[in-house]
Amino acid sequence: MTIEIVLAIFVTSIATYSSRFFGMLTSEKIDESSKIYRWFNCLAYSTLAALISRVLIFPNGVLIETSYFMRALVVLISVVIFFISKKNLVYPTVFSAIILAIINSY
Amino acid sequence: MINFKIFLKGLFSIKRFDSPGIALGASFIAIGALLKNIGFTIEESIFSSFLIYALPGSLVLAESTIIGASLFNIFLAVWLVNARLYPMTVSLMPLLNSKNQPRWKYYLSCHFVAVSSWLILKSNYKKINKKERIDFWIGIGTATWLIAIFSTLIGFISADYLNKDMMIGLAIVNPIYFMCAMIGVMKSKSISVAIILGVILGPTFYFVSPEWCILFGGTIAGTVAFLVGEKYDN
Repeated sequence: MTIEIVLAIFVTSIATYSSRFFGMLTSEKIDESSKIYRWFNCLAYSTLAALISRVLIFPNGVLIETSYFMRALVVLISVVIFFISKKNLVYPTVFSAIILAIINSY
Repeated sequence: MINFKIFLKGLFSIKRFDSPGIALGASFIAIGALLKNIGFTIEESIFSSFLIYALPGSLVLAESTIIGASLFNIFLAVWLVNARLYPMTVSLMPLLNSKNQPRWKYYLSCHFVAVSSWLILKSNYKKINKKERIDFWIGIGTATWLIAIFSTLIGFISADYLNKDMMIGLAIVNPIYFMCAMIGVMKSKSISVAIILGVILGPTFYFVSPEWCILFGGTIAGTVAFLVGEKYDN
């Protein structure tokens, strides 16, 4: 293992664990029926939604090589499959991978 | 120490047909292959998923390694992209708190907070007695964590057999799964507004600051959603 990569992994894990740790500390005195709990619950869902839409619209990694149109088409088809399959999560997920791989290969 | 029966219940909750296991596995296979392609060894790849266990953070690590970013820049970029774990942990732990359980369980198991495990717990915690929920959570976290580690290994080993189209297909699985899961949980006004506004404001703030867009967009969307919920939810 190279020292630079090991250090980078450690730094990444500390940066990641710190959010979890401070979340744990903050939650010590919070009751699940309190207003502050409800606010944090909304924040959790909204930041997750913000992250997912950012990944789909401004992606990192290999998804950069697909066009906005391709990704928008796959999202649209996946949502339609999700509702047609009575909110089953597996079908849209599997089909999204197949559809995007096929579209991108042409 | 740990109620093994409840732990196993959590561990096997990943076996459900529509559990996030598939999305999690597919995305960590892609991460394993990506890490091999940028020059990580098999030990480094497994070690990274073992310690980090958060997909966007692993992606930032990979990209930072490619461009040779400084450790401080890596820390900042990862912290910003994974800051969502803070409200997620705060909104999770009060559901698990029990005075009869030792605190080390909570501090150790907060490492398992990730979208997949969080969603499994949120949809199943009411079935478990509050005193034993932490053991249930440790079971869920262990299962999802092990999937991430083993999928990284599979991705690393199979990297040479995965072409670019297959990698792209694997990479879309995770956001699509969680997008559909988010639509599925829109059952109250506050959560619906949080998700819809988050989807809009996250990318909108990207034009202001690509690094801070998730935090800015998420905080504003979540606060508006909370106010809407306080007024209109029962």
